This record gives sequence, structure tokens and C-alpha cells, in this order.
Amino acid sequence: MTTASGFLRRGSAPATAAAPRTGRSRTRRWIGIAIVLFALVLVWEAAKWIGGDPWRLHGTVAGVQVDYEHVPPLDWRIASDLSLPHVWDIVRAFVDPAQRGGAPLGVVLAGQAAFTFGEALAGFALGSLLGLALGVAFVHSRLAERALVPYVVASQTVPILAIAPLVVVALKADWLSVMAVAMYLTFFPVTIASMRGLRAFDPRSLELFRSYAATRRQVLWQLRLPTSVPYLFSGFRVAAAASVIGAIIGEQTAGVAAGLGSAIINYNQYYTSGPERLWATVVMCTLVGFVFVGGVNLAERILTRGRYRPVEGLL
Amino acid sequence: MTSAGVPGGGAVEVPAVVEAVGVGKVFGAGSTAVTAIESVDLSIRQGEFISLIGPSGCGKSTLLRLIGDLTHPTSGTLAINGKPAARARSDRDYGMVFQAPVLMDWRTIAKNIELPLEIMGFPPDERRRRATELLKLVELEGFADRHPWQLSGGMQQRVAIARALSFDPKLLLMDEPFGALDEMTRERMNAELMSIWRRTGTTIVFVTHSIPEAVFLSTRVVVMSARPGRISQVIDIDLPAERSVETRESERYFRLVTRVREALRQFEPTDEGPEVTEAERVRAEGLA
Amino acid sequence: MTASAAREWLPAVGVFVIVLAIWEVGFLVLGVQSFLIPRPSVITEQLVSDWSTLARGLVFTGTEAVSGLVVGVALGTAAGFATARWASAREVLLPVAIGASTIPIIAFAPITLNWFGPESLLPRVTIVAVMCFFPVMVNTIRGLTNVDPGTLELLSSYAASDRQTLTKLRGPNALPYWFTALRIATTLSVIGAVVGEFFGGPLYALGIYITLQTGASRYPSAWAAIVLACVLGIVLYMVAVALERLTIPWYTARETAR
Repeated sequence: MTTASGFLRRGSAPATAAAPRTGRSRTRRWIGIAIVLFALVLVWEAAKWIGGDPWRLHGTVAGVQVDYEHVPPLDWRIASDLSLPHVWDIVRAFVDPAQRGGAPLGVVLAGQAAFTFGEALAGFALGSLLGLALGVAFVHSRLAERALVPYVVASQTVPILAIAPLVVVALKADWLSVMAVAMYLTFFPVTIASMRGLRAFDPRSLELFRSYAATRRQVLWQLRLPTSVPYLFSGFRVAAAASVIGAIIGEQTAGVAAGLGSAIINYNQYYTSGPERLWATVVMCTLVGFVFVGGVNLAERILTRGRYRPVEGLL
Repeated sequence: MTSAGVPGGGAVEVPAVVEAVGVGKVFGAGSTAVTAIESVDLSIRQGEFISLIGPSGCGKSTLLRLIGDLTHPTSGTLAINGKPAARARSDRDYGMVFQAPVLMDWRTIAKNIELPLEIMGFPPDERRRRATELLKLVELEGFADRHPWQLSGGMQQRVAIARALSFDPKLLLMDEPFGALDEMTRERMNAELMSIWRRTGTTIVFVTHSIPEAVFLSTRVVVMSARPGRISQVIDIDLPAERSVETRESERYFRLVTRVREALRQFEPTDEGPEVTEAERVRAEGLA
Repeated sequence: MTASAAREWLPAVGVFVIVLAIWEVGFLVLGVQSFLIPRPSVITEQLVSDWSTLARGLVFTGTEAVSGLVVGVALGTAAGFATARWASAREVLLPVAIGASTIPIIAFAPITLNWFGPESLLPRVTIVAVMCFFPVMVNTIRGLTNVDPGTLELLSSYAASDRQTLTKLRGPNALPYWFTALRIATTLSVIGAVVGEFFGGPLYALGIYITLQTGASRYPSAWAAIVLACVLGIVLYMVAVALERLTIPWYTARETAR
């Protein structure tokens, strides 16, 4: 009979060695990503060409005069300029001023992105600490594990939206509540990952430590924690993405003007007058996510310096 | 000393079960190339029990895998039952038993034994009949509906042997199958393997680290040496066909064990060179 | 209930009962007038009296979550199978899928709302489907490819065809991975549905109801809806667990035996 804690205790799945990250395979990966992005843009514009709004392109591109008109044969609401702006319009939105006579949208968004990133980072740091502490506690006490792990799992079924407004009212400080929301989303994957990681050592190593009459604390620091590093990082990756979501949602509820969350609300309100702005904001949110996860990957590579096999697994 | 005739060998020209001429295998290329084995000449007749023994890095496992078409020779020719190794494999001429039992956790013991039969298209009642028979052969009746993790290492290995025999292969390739077992269990498994061999008449090629085991089981012992891996000696084991506990305590047995040991000592490696590690081999074969 | 099962669940149930008791009794006895967090009995009262609206919301949001879950999981599984099949596709698409799963899909909620309109289910169904798609696809690929090389060799020694290797080895091997992704997807589906409603939808939809009640400081009502949302999530998760126990009983048995 499986239990929530039984599910989390799954340290037995083989951690297969990842494919060697040679330079060639890495460039191939980037080329692949570029191809996928290109294909996406192609499909996007193709859909608009077949069923969107009439195309009226008049202007110069890189010194070349472009005059192109086209009326698509079909009519799909989802491909209209309002629902699916042209890719170049979205790109142009970054360059155009956000407000009349103001800085380009890209610059404004970048500033907001940095703010959101800061909140996410803070929430991530605290949430990771909490997650790791819980993981250590659960690994050392079967009773605590059985009693509390179901609630750890259940905590994630509570939609953060429900929590966020209450947290905002309770904590009264805007950014603090945003951080709390980010922390709430972060601690869960880190808890799971640390539980797996702290149990992932070879049982014979534990016997070796016992033969040295090592204390539980020594076992923790010298055996469990070092072994858990690759697992922790796989948890950090998920947590990083989650903390960005938490920060954005938190900002929306708390009404933090300086972050991307309120930018989304703002441009959503004025969607009909400029759909590209909302899309540009969403793109920026995505970039924040990528940068954060990329940062975690970089940190992993630096900290572990090839001493560990990266863990790909059930998380 | 090379092999002379086979017990009861006649004048009929039956193709050797395994015919290796000048076989060699090099892993990798250029500066990182490692020669696993070179210039192997070996002829194995039907019904023989051949042990491959030698120090680490002598290429005995590589030779076994070449015979099993799990890897390909970089030089020389290899014929199984008169066919190229690849065709022998697609014709399902042989069964393999590895050091790890490699059973599937999601299948019961009986279903694990039926695995090759399923793949080869045997009908369901035929599969069940064979599985039941084989469970009796390896003395694991009653465990048919258990799962692998519920069995001990020795029992799992017996299941692996039953599975390998399920489709009556003419050739059985075994790579240190009893390596993970304790001495007593190992001796018992040896006796069981002997009785299975006598009953089925299968040709067996057996890789081992254990000199007593090699001498007890085989009709011929192929001694290999390392760096580069090659056959250094082939020793006829002229013990009676019926081998039992008493055989292990006979004079002739001890003398043969000593002979094999001295053959091994003659070609002891003098330095530690690069060996082909498991991870390298797996990568080279494109398996991961 | 067997003794070991009881021992497994008792501590958690115990915590629940104790916390509930402390919450109710403690607040009552100490006269705590918590504005934000009403007593359980108060919440239950509100739950009962608002039931007709809440039930409608539960059905609406629940349908969004389940539909998105089914679509996302189905497509993710199919994509996983297709990608795992060709190593070249895998090398390109797996990193893309992993990267895509870090995108805050929730940020697209207002866009889907603009596509399909506020009264429709589709905005949230789309969001939920996309949220569930990537973890399922990634885990399907991993499950199909993280196969013990020794077993691959074994099948190769039987000259097994690719299809046989798929049905007899890769498939069963992938099931535990797939079910892990399913569990994650169920929690994501409720979050996606409720949070996605933030930007618009019918008034009784759970997410909107919670936001409105919180905005109007009617906390007992808000909490009643929160409780329902939690229950929805837990029920879906339990369904996934039950499905797992039915489909791969060997896995459950093996893990509890460790």
C-alpha cells in the first residue's frame, strides 16, 4: 500500500549517467533549439497567412522598401491580429516607448523583470532552506515523515491564489508577501528532492560510517549531504521555475507596481489597444524563468565540477 | 597443449559450434585505442563445456560477447554453427546468462522465464509448459508467481539460467554467472549446471575467475592472458564425464587445478595498464 | 484495515485531528478573533449555507482542471513516445521540453482569456493542458530511454525486434516514471485552473469566487471555497495514486518492501 511518504522515498530508481556533454552535443542542442524556435515562428505566421487578418506591410526593412498586401482565404478568430499579433509587431513593441515619450518598453520590462527576479530569488533561497530542513527532519524521523509529509503534498494542492491575498493582508508589506508566496511554491520540490537525495547513498557506506561510530550529525554532513547534491540541484531547477511563478502571482495580488505581475495586469487591461505589449511582457516572464534555471544549471556545473553524475530522474 | 579429438568424435564433418580464426577486438581509435583481444584461434565442438579463465583485462568477457554477437570483431573471422555470428543470433542459436540475473521486476518468475519464448513467438500453452518444466529443473517450483526482488541472488540466477534454456539453445554462453554467490551455493550451482548439461547436451562457453570451478565444469579450459588479451594455453580436462563431489576430492582433479594455476601464473601481467571499463564499453557499443 | 496500513496513516490523521481541535477549541477558548482565519466550525457553516454557489463553482473549475489534465497528459504521452523513438529528435526536443516546462504558463492566462472569452472553459483548459503536457512528455521520454543496458543486451541476444523491445521492456519500464508525472500533473491542474481564473470568468468559478470574497473581506466564504479547491486537488491526486496501484501493483509492492 503506497503512501505519500512511500512515494517520496523512491530513491531506488537508477540514476543513469547523463550523455557526455561534449562540445559537439551542446552546440547541437542550441542548433536544435534555434530550429524549434524558427519552426514555431514559421507556423505562427503561416497560420496568420492562411486565416488571420489582412496583411498590410508598407515600410522599409534594412533599407529595402517593402510593400506587401495579402488577404487570407480563411477566417480564424484565433489567428487575428488581436489574438495573435505578428511576430515582428511583438519584437517592435519592445523597442517602442512604453508610454508616450518614455523609455522603450523593453527597458521598462527589463527593470520590472529584475525586480521580480529579486523577489523570486529571495523566495527561492528561503524556500530551499526550508525544503532542505524539512528533508533532513523527515529523513531522520520516520514519525515526522508519516505525520507531516501528506500535508506537505497537500499544501501544493491549495491554489496559491487562495493563499496570496491572505498573506498580503497578514504581512502588510508588499514585497514580503510576494516572497512568502514564492517561498511557498519553492519548498515543496526541494523537500522531495532532498528526501530522495539524503537517502540516495549506498547502504554499505552507512555501514562503514557506523563502524566508525559516527554520530548522526557526522553521517549527515559527511555522507548524506554530499551524496544528495545532484538530487538537490534537480529539485532546485523545478523550484527556480516555481519561484518565478510565485513571484508573478504574488505581485498581482499584492499590487506591486514595480514587478512583471502588475505589468501583465496593466497590459491586459489595455489589451485591445495593443496586444503586442502583453505578449512582450509574457515573453519577458519566460526569459526570467530561463535565466533563473540557467543560473541554477551554471551553479551546478561550477559547484560540482564534474565530480557528480547529473541526476535525471523521476522528479 | 592443444585439443585433440572430441569424446566420441567421428569422421563426419559437422561444422564446429564456434570457429574463431585470428579474432581480434580493439575499442576506440587512435591514441585512446585499447586492444581487448588479438589473434584468437578457437574451435569448439558440439557438446563441449569450455571455460575461459584469466586475469582481469584478458578479454575473456569480450570473447564471449563476440561469440554472442553483442559486439563485433575488428579483425579475424568468427562462425557460429557455420554461420556469421549475426545470423546465429537472429536464428536464436544461443542463450546467454550474465553475471547479473537481469530479471524484469514487473514480471513474475514464470513470466520472466517465458520472456524469450514470447519474443520468439511460441504459443501460450507451450510457453507455460516449458516454464513449469524449467522451474522444476532449477528447483524453483512454487516460486512461479513471485517477483524477482522477493528471491535471493542465487535463486535469481537460477531463474536466469532457466530462462536461457527455455528455448533449447544449442549453445549457452555464461559470463561469470555464479560470481556473486558464496562458495557453498556456488558449488551447488555447479553441480546443478553439470546435471543440466548432461541432460540437455548443450554446448557451453563459460567465463570464470575461479580455477576450481573451471576445472570441475569443463571438458577443456582455455587459459587467457592479458595485455593484450590472447589465448595462452588450452588444457584438456580428462576427468570422467560424471562429475560429483567425489571428483572434487580426487587426485587427478587437484593435479589439473595445479596445472591451470601454473598456466595462469606463467603469463601474469607485469604492469597495470589501461583496462576497458564497463562505462567505456557501454558507450562504445552505443548502448546507453 | 491492516495493522501496518493503520500505522502508516495514523500519524497524519492524528496531526489533522489535533490541528483541527486546537484551531477550533483554542480560538474559542482564547477568544481569538481572527479576522483572516475563522474557526473550522464557522467555515463549515459557511460552506453549507453557500453550498449551491460553491457547488457550481466546484463543478466548473473541476471540469476545467480534469479536461486540461486529460488533454495535456494524452498529448504529452504521445509526444513523449514520438520523441523517444528517434535519437536525433530526442536530443533536440528533450532540452526544449525541459526548458519549456520552466516557462510560467500562467502568464499566458490573460492571452487565452482574450482568445476564448470569459464565459468559456477553454482559457483554463488550454493553460492546464500546456502545464501538464511538459512534465508528462519529459518523464515519458526518460522512462522509455532510461533502460538498464544489461536488459537491452538480453533482448538483443534474443534478436528481439524494436517493437518487442518497446512493448516488453521500455513500456513497462516507463510506467513508474509516467505515474510520477501524472501525480505532479494533477496538482498542477488544480493550480492552473484556479489561478487561471484570476483574470476572468464566471462569478461562481472557484478562483474568481475566492478573489471576490477576499476582496470584500468575507473570509469565511473565501475559506470555504479554498477548502473545496484543496479537496478537489487531493481527490485528483488520490485518483492518480489509485490508478497507479491498479496498473503497476508490482511497483508499489516493491517500493514498500524496501
